[in-house]
Amino acid sequence: MAESLVRVESVSHTFPAPEGGKEVLALDAIDMEIRQGEMVAFIGPSGCGKSTLLNVIGGMIAPTSGAALVSGQAVRGPLPKQIAYIFQESALLPWATVLDNIKVGLEFQGVPKDERGPIASAALKSVGLEAFAASYPHQLSGGMKQRVALARALSLRTDILLMDEPFAALDEQTRMIFGEDLSRLLASERKTIILVTHSLAEAVLLADRIFVFTSRPGRIKAVLTIDEPHPRTPDFMTSQRFSELRNELYELLRDEVLAAIGNDRQGLS
Amino acid sequence: MSGAAAGVSGGVTERLSRRGRRLSLLTKLAVFAALMVLWHLLTVTEIISPFFLPQPMAVMTVFWRILSTGRALPDLGVTFFEFAVAGPIAVLTGVVAGYLISMTRYSTVVLEPVISSLYAIPIIIFYPISVMALGIGPESKIAHGALFGFFPICLNTIQGFSGVDAIYLRMARSTGATKAQLLRRILIPAAAPTILGGVRLGLMLCFLAIIGGETIASLEGLGHRIVWYAEGMQMVNMFAYMVFVILIATAMNACLSLLELRRRGG
Repeated sequence: MAESLVRVESVSHTFPAPEGGKEVLALDAIDMEIRQGEMVAFIGPSGCGKSTLLNVIGGMIAPTSGAALVSGQAVRGPLPKQIAYIFQESALLPWATVLDNIKVGLEFQGVPKDERGPIASAALKSVGLEAFAASYPHQLSGGMKQRVALARALSLRTDILLMDEPFAALDEQTRMIFGEDLSRLLASERKTIILVTHSLAEAVLLADRIFVFTSRPGRIKAVLTIDEPHPRTPDFMTSQRFSELRNELYELLRDEVLAAIGNDRQGLS
Repeated sequence: MSGAAAGVSGGVTERLSRRGRRLSLLTKLAVFAALMVLWHLLTVTEIISPFFLPQPMAVMTVFWRILSTGRALPDLGVTFFEFAVAGPIAVLTGVVAGYLISMTRYSTVVLEPVISSLYAIPIIIFYPISVMALGIGPESKIAHGALFGFFPICLNTIQGFSGVDAIYLRMARSTGATKAQLLRRILIPAAAPTILGGVRLGLMLCFLAIIGGETIASLEGLGHRIVWYAEGMQMVNMFAYMVFVILIATAMNACLSLLELRRRGG
């Protein structure tokens, strides 16, 4: 495979203390390399710092120590030309039409006005929602909104796509369909993708490598490689191998989730 | 006040179907007609002395005469002038002050409660100061009206700007939005419904304060004329001017509501 596109070098991050409490060490000396065109998933218990690391890579949070590098350059802030985000909620502007929601990202990115329309329409078509260009977000279902958010991220034509629990607000069936769509689309786009998720199935379905985080402070406990070509189909999801991988992931995660629950209980007493 | 984040949470009437809206208009007209009939019956049967409550037809006749002869024009002109100056002052100062306060979390947390508690004061108590400082002419009404209108506009502007959902700000930041783009594309459209709600309330209060000021201490204006006729025991004339003020306030409210609805419709 090609050289690493994203490097994380001994990144630690501490959040300031909530009133009266101790400082929270969210990430503890994380190192990782992500290659060009790779799809990785971060999975771990709540509060393990996986979203924090995603935001460090995306330039949305400056780490307390260490650095993230994209294409060899230290990240010092958002990189709109190289990195696009898909957030937990769709983050669609309710006062703008679906098409305008995609165009506004292009405007912020600095794409000239007359190019925005065609790019946005093409992106909308790629997620199969061209008929809804003039609709408003509140007229769409949760899954459709997330597909518009995906179209917006794709339209930005970045090398890297960061997804912060993009399935969190969707119901079970919609998640699975959206997951398959995502796998198919992303296989054709050859982007480098980092997906933060709580879901074992989504991680196994989408990722080439899964980074399993420990409970707070977040460290990398294990890296699981899923050696299966993209796009991944419903056949893969129902295969014996899928269940085995999922179970393996569950074993790795179980202790950490229990530890995280223990931490929270201590915090309460 | 509709939450800026919810975006499309409309007023009650907005949720009604077209047929439902027509029905609701009919209901409103029916209530209005019933009140007029009640008024008429109370006066014809002289349950209430016509000295205190003149007959509706008599009031309408005088109202029409005032309107057609242009007798009300000087007073109307004065009140309108006061409102035309005080209203924009209230909107401008309210929105600018609200925006500046909302710019940092610190100033929002510290100053919003200050504005809120000032708003809770019966602002009418400052009117004598206005009159002493600015005289009995339009200036004191303008100051008083602008002060009344300032508070809800400022408070809603603070609420509108500081209530913008963080996810929109993150989206804008990650795609490289400049400060100006952020303001134009995210902050203003997100805050607009809440701000417009404040503007509507502020302008209504501004008008109310101007009329109130005129009834308390003035030599001209619609409010003054109403008190003047009351003191002269000319109830029919007084009611005719009251109808005038009610119509102006209703028309104003309708215009501002329309503006709000249209903004929301996108």
